[in-house]
Amino acid sequence: MEQKEIAVSETLIATDVAEEVGAGAEAIVNDLTIHVATVNGSGSQSSNNVLMRSIFQMGVPVSGKNMFPSNIAGLPTWFTIRANKDGWIARKKEVDLMVCMNAQTAREDVDGLQPGALCIYDAPLNCKSMRTDVHFFEVPFAKLAADLSEDSKLRKLLTNMIYVGIVAELIGIEREEILVAITKQFKGKKKAIDPNVAAIDKGIQYAKENLPRQNKWRVARMHATQGKIIIDGNAAAAIGAMFGGVTVVTWYPITPSSSLCESLIDYMKQYRIDENGKATFAIVQAEDELAAVGMVLGAGWAGARSMTSTAGPGVSLMAEFVGLGYFAELPGVIWDIQRVGPSTGLPTRTAQGDVNQVAFLSHGDTQHVTLIPSSVMECYEFGSEALDLAEEFQTPVFVLSDLDLGMNNWMSDPFPYPEKPIKRGKVLTAEQLTELQGKWGRYADVDGDGIPWRTLPGTDHPFASYFTRGSGHDAQARYSEKPQDYKDTVDRLAKKYETARLFVPQPVIDWKDDANIGFIAYGTTHWALEESRDQLLRERGVETSYFRLRALPFTKDLKEFVARHDRVYVVEQNRDGQMADLIRLEVGEDQRKIRKILHYTGLPCDARTISDAVLQMESTIELPEPLLLVRAEARLIAAASPMPVNGSRGAQVGMED
Amino acid sequence: MADSTLKIGSGTVPTENRLGLKATDYHGGKSTLCAGCGHDAISNQIIRAFYEMSVKPEKVAKFSGIGCSSKTPAYFLSRSHGFNAVHGRMPAIATGAILANHRIVGIGVSGDGDTASIGLGQFMHMVRRNIPLIYIIENNGVYGLTKGQFSATADEGSKLKTGVINDLPPMDLCALAVELGCGFVARGFAGDPKQMVNILKAAIAHDGLSVIDVISPCVTFNNHEGSTKGYTYSKEHDELLHQIGFVQEYEQIEIDYEPGEVRVVEMHDGSRIVLKKLEEDYDPSIPIQALQRLHRATDQGQMLTGIVHLRPEKKSFTSMLNTVDEPLATLPLEKTRPPREALDKIMRDLM
Repeated sequence: MEQKEIAVSETLIATDVAEEVGAGAEAIVNDLTIHVATVNGSGSQSSNNVLMRSIFQMGVPVSGKNMFPSNIAGLPTWFTIRANKDGWIARKKEVDLMVCMNAQTAREDVDGLQPGALCIYDAPLNCKSMRTDVHFFEVPFAKLAADLSEDSKLRKLLTNMIYVGIVAELIGIEREEILVAITKQFKGKKKAIDPNVAAIDKGIQYAKENLPRQNKWRVARMHATQGKIIIDGNAAAAIGAMFGGVTVVTWYPITPSSSLCESLIDYMKQYRIDENGKATFAIVQAEDELAAVGMVLGAGWAGARSMTSTAGPGVSLMAEFVGLGYFAELPGVIWDIQRVGPSTGLPTRTAQGDVNQVAFLSHGDTQHVTLIPSSVMECYEFGSEALDLAEEFQTPVFVLSDLDLGMNNWMSDPFPYPEKPIKRGKVLTAEQLTELQGKWGRYADVDGDGIPWRTLPGTDHPFASYFTRGSGHDAQARYSEKPQDYKDTVDRLAKKYETARLFVPQPVIDWKDDANIGFIAYGTTHWALEESRDQLLRERGVETSYFRLRALPFTKDLKEFVARHDRVYVVEQNRDGQMADLIRLEVGEDQRKIRKILHYTGLPCDARTISDAVLQMESTIELPEPLLLVRAEARLIAAASPMPVNGSRGAQVGMED
Repeated sequence: MADSTLKIGSGTVPTENRLGLKATDYHGGKSTLCAGCGHDAISNQIIRAFYEMSVKPEKVAKFSGIGCSSKTPAYFLSRSHGFNAVHGRMPAIATGAILANHRIVGIGVSGDGDTASIGLGQFMHMVRRNIPLIYIIENNGVYGLTKGQFSATADEGSKLKTGVINDLPPMDLCALAVELGCGFVARGFAGDPKQMVNILKAAIAHDGLSVIDVISPCVTFNNHEGSTKGYTYSKEHDELLHQIGFVQEYEQIEIDYEPGEVRVVEMHDGSRIVLKKLEEDYDPSIPIQALQRLHRATDQGQMLTGIVHLRPEKKSFTSMLNTVDEPLATLPLEKTRPPREALDKIMRDLM
């Protein structure tokens, strides 16, 4: 990342070993970003998790984002840990402490630092020759690792643990907490723990004896993480599905969704084997996504709570079946862990680019109920709720997560045990059929909500059966090509979708009475957006309202929210503003109020980008150069009225390379 | 053509089966296929087999893909749930349904286009998994519903009505199923209903996937001079592998053959399949023999019919998954939601 913004910063002098970096000035406590550059496959993931967890255990809110290549070994990988006392855990662009371990990227890693940043580097990389306005800490990792083990493979792994010790000593992470984190990381296995602890100590010792001390950024114990858990969204979704009574799971491996079903397999083996050693579930690795979704829908048809997980390319392959599922009214849940497209795009980068795809997937008039979690807590909740909605509405239900949420580690309150029973929807039993004297119609809208009753195969009643086919049927499920029968079918399906507006997860709205500006966001953009609202308020005194969308179809308060604000910024992580366009269709006349802020680099959205884009669009200040990554709609900028600005600084432009 | 079936038992057909149901209880809707279509002959034998085997129709689920063949589940067993899926991907729907409820007796009807072309991948993986399902391919070498294009099972040199000659070699779905480890592979002929019903009964008794490739002439698009899948040609080239008899578990075997002449295979439910050799002693449990025999017939331009491969002991997918006895679909919440302590433990581990 090239930093084009010129930050105001103190002038720096190249490090002198004897001198304390940042001496005299007050340290920034519990507010820093650590960026670690390593080579994929070198085992740095364990070290980075230990580093993140140690800070977490010191009570400091923390987030970890893994930026990894589509590769098993050899390509560059980065891990960013953000510790923030105020609980802001979105991605932050500015790096305060860099750890350079990768020769391939050392130059760009160093170039991307803001002046005054700290940079630990592996001695042969000679980073200190690259810049004079960064504080460098040279470490001969190979030499230190040589003291630890004879085994070259182990040495490589331990090298990464040494930098944990170095970082810990430099910023004040307590050794005791690192030991706890290591024990957790290596699941209490002494054989793995001992050499890693030795590596930590080696790092600490080296830093103590050879590196200058620094007092710019420190980590200090606080109590903001007590009782919290760390988990990724995919594992959270798996736990939610398990407690939501999922019984049939099918999947095909695809990044970034594989870990969802893999976690589910692990948990189910542990918690869903009955007293006789029998499984209360079936999990199948399918031959492709077409088969995976077919099995889900077949299982849903036969009455199982069924789900699959995939990513955008898999969703594309599921298109035909999902259309059948919509028309034939088959329950099933599809988790789409979004990534950058297409199949050979950037499979290990995050995006929110599948909104249009899932909203209308397939041919004919199709529209799908879609849940959009923002947090690991919501992944857990929707894990079960999506299964409920699929069965209640007898339709495929999507859950739109993304790589950032699904694969990165997030802090959360522990998940509450579900108090409510699961919902199984309208299923007629043999007894009910007897009461009805066998008179029922599979596609008859007897309740007026567009949702018909169904029976399951195997129901022991001579009138239970019906024949399932796409849309060529009447209300009694008899084959029909009559124009009116077809129209009745698709009109009822539209009505069913209308009913869903009342039952999908409702938005979370933060109304501010005096706000002229409203924000709409969804999914992981939430985290950057909340921080941006805080920036706008603190730095500019601008109050904003916020509507966090959690599902499709839209709920009725969306129109009201847009109506009550002068300008509504829809912030999302795709190029075209897919959700903003859907919102424009929904709100009719008020669509002129909708403005798009779009972040689409493959990296998670950050707060400053949003704040800068809002300020630009709200101000009349000419842009110094065109926006590269933050796409605003120029015609709307021109029409915008200036907003009140506190303080004397002008609007700035958020840029990335 | 020799008789394909063995005379076993009394041979009388009662007017009610052991469930007290009549044959009409197994009927379906009126067929909309062309008069004389081989597929209708197969539907009739499906009705007969399920009736005579006394399978409760409510326990059966019918599946199909797309094409003429795939319309037929509407024409038999109307008291069974049916599912007309998408082209070539009925195996996935059937797999899902059977995972949800392993007590379902599943029957899938596909065609040669549906299985050998668009659905080949799903077919092969269904075979690998040994899904407990009767999978019938109504094979006529032609796409009927789209009006007469060649399918992947059309024989080399076979001629379309328009005069177009097929240059590509046919896919032998029986050989493919044997290759992939299927435990029940048979070929039938819609023009031989007696053999067909015995194959179907054996398939109903089989716990696992049974692949039944049935040569089923298309009277409209592939029954002319020069076609190798028409009635006349098929009758002339039907080569019986053996004569087949089927004996239900409650029946006594009464066979008048010399020992060594017949081979008896016991099925899971206690029923027995009796195979009387017609040529060399053919052991249907040996895959390599099956493949050799199939290839030889192809080389000689013959259509080999019978139970080509049979290994009833192969474990079905649902038994491999070791699921609870009750169908997953109807498990109560106390079985599918782990207790509070389980979540507490998971949360503690994440702290």
